Amino acid sequence: MNIYVIMKRTFDTEEKIVIENGKISEEGVEFIINPYDEYAIEEAIQLRDDHGGEVTVVSIGDEDVEKELRTALAMGADKAVLINNEDLDESDQYTTTALLAAYFEDKEYDIILGGNVSNDNSTGQVGPRLAEKLGIAYVTTITKLDIDGTTATMERDVEGDMEIVEAQLPLLVTAQQGLNEPRYPSLPGIMKAKKKPLEEIDYDDLDVEDDEIEAKTETIERYLPPKKEAGKVLEGELGDQVEELVKLLRQEAKVI
Amino acid sequence: MAKKVLVFAEARDNELRNVSFEAIGAGKEIAAGGEVIAVVVGENVSSLTDPLFHYGADRVIKVEDQKLKNYTSDGYGQAFLQIVDSVDPDAILMPHTSIGKDLAPRLASKLDAGLVSDATGIELDGEEVIFTRPIYSGKAFEKKKVKEGIILATIRPNNIDALEIDESRSGEVFEESVNIKDLRTIVKEVVRKSTSGVDLSEAKVIVAGGRGVKSEEGFEPLQELADLLGAAVGASRGACDADYCDYSLQIGQTGKVVTPDLYIACGISGAIQHLAGMSNSKVIVAINKDPEASIFSVADYGIVGDLFEVVPLLTEEFKKVLQTN
Repeated sequence: MNIYVIMKRTFDTEEKIVIENGKISEEGVEFIINPYDEYAIEEAIQLRDDHGGEVTVVSIGDEDVEKELRTALAMGADKAVLINNEDLDESDQYTTTALLAAYFEDKEYDIILGGNVSNDNSTGQVGPRLAEKLGIAYVTTITKLDIDGTTATMERDVEGDMEIVEAQLPLLVTAQQGLNEPRYPSLPGIMKAKKKPLEEIDYDDLDVEDDEIEAKTETIERYLPPKKEAGKVLEGELGDQVEELVKLLRQEAKVI
Repeated sequence: MAKKVLVFAEARDNELRNVSFEAIGAGKEIAAGGEVIAVVVGENVSSLTDPLFHYGADRVIKVEDQKLKNYTSDGYGQAFLQIVDSVDPDAILMPHTSIGKDLAPRLASKLDAGLVSDATGIELDGEEVIFTRPIYSGKAFEKKKVKEGIILATIRPNNIDALEIDESRSGEVFEESVNIKDLRTIVKEVVRKSTSGVDLSEAKVIVAGGRGVKSEEGFEPLQELADLLGAAVGASRGACDADYCDYSLQIGQTGKVVTPDLYIACGISGAIQHLAGMSNSKVIVAINKDPEASIFSVADYGIVGDLFEVVPLLTEEFKKVLQTN
């Protein structure tokens, strides 16, 4: 099986956000593999172990992404590809999709996996956009995946309910939490990862024209939400506190 | 200039979702005097067209087809593209729900268009439509626009006001037949898991539990309070990781981001990853044994105490006052 994972490097979920000159500051920030992409990588590795084949993890970004790609290799992926977009001024989900579509143009794939959303921009656009460009079916927010021959059977999370969906390969799927328990890279895994192939492609070298990757959207402003003032911690007998709380919710906050 | 706005009205269990009316409200604003056309799609949707007029749609298009009984991106995608072709709108709005999240990017890709996902606010600047949307799960916000061409956006539930309902409004319903072929994904079964039937992303009130609930059974008093208030039950990552509840309940930077009118956090310490998912709720109540818990820093009202004592008392008190009204 030819298995591909599209992966994004994101801020650690514990990071606070600082805005400097209208941009999100990356100073001192810890980066991780986007948590939903981690499920995709784990699932890809399990698929390969069950069905044979190869797992290639593809990411777009600057050279720093090599660290997360090495982590994916250490988890067990076979190959990694970095599409370097350092020299690209602006980019949105349209741009990312166009670059990935150009990369996949001459590739053979049975399945492409990704996270259902990234924890930074959280648009969840790139998976479905890419499937559409490649002309293949897609299933988002999956929590279970079984492949038998060329038939994939999936469970997907639909706002708390569960859908059982069937589709034929080639297919693009996006991972939801609960799909699996991503492994930590083992020490031998980390050692092996150093020797695994990590290919770097400049975005310019892909078969895509500048006007085909120009962002369709523009960010005008970024800002932090107003700081919430600490509220009222109630005091007194517990029964009285509860009574007061209900009164406050009804009369002061007027939410009940 | 007035715009023609196409709004995807979503139904669940043959009832229009509130966010569909909010999307019509958003559409009205963008249309700036132009036309808002609501599309409703499904196997049998004739009963759903009236409310769309009541909430401000100028025109309603209904599409009925057996192949549209369950949502599939292929089926809905083909139907919707056909409508887009015939209407030729300036903007398309969809709810930022399971369906909208799945379908909108496909449509945007097909139309080679820009898409602003998960909008929580809309403003007009001359000809330009500027959307507000959370980034980093609400730790920050951005204002974004589509640079040119057709504008696509998905609207987060509970953030943009629907118009006041006006039952005297009506209009013409247009029926479109669509030609749906080659569904590449087949929905075999839909398994209902949500216990209370109140969806987390649309709930006006959420009662959420953290590690402090201690077990699966520990969620029972929270569920009782939620049932009384017509609320949804949510959870922190800690509670999900400890297997006290299903991951579908998780609220936070991984999990769902929610903005209800009232969020009652029970036994949740308030890790930054959880706060990202709920701190933009309108009113937050924290119930926690630990007075130092960081959840109190975002709470409007706090009670320091054991949730197993406080929550049942709260349920009783609400029963009392809600009965007398």
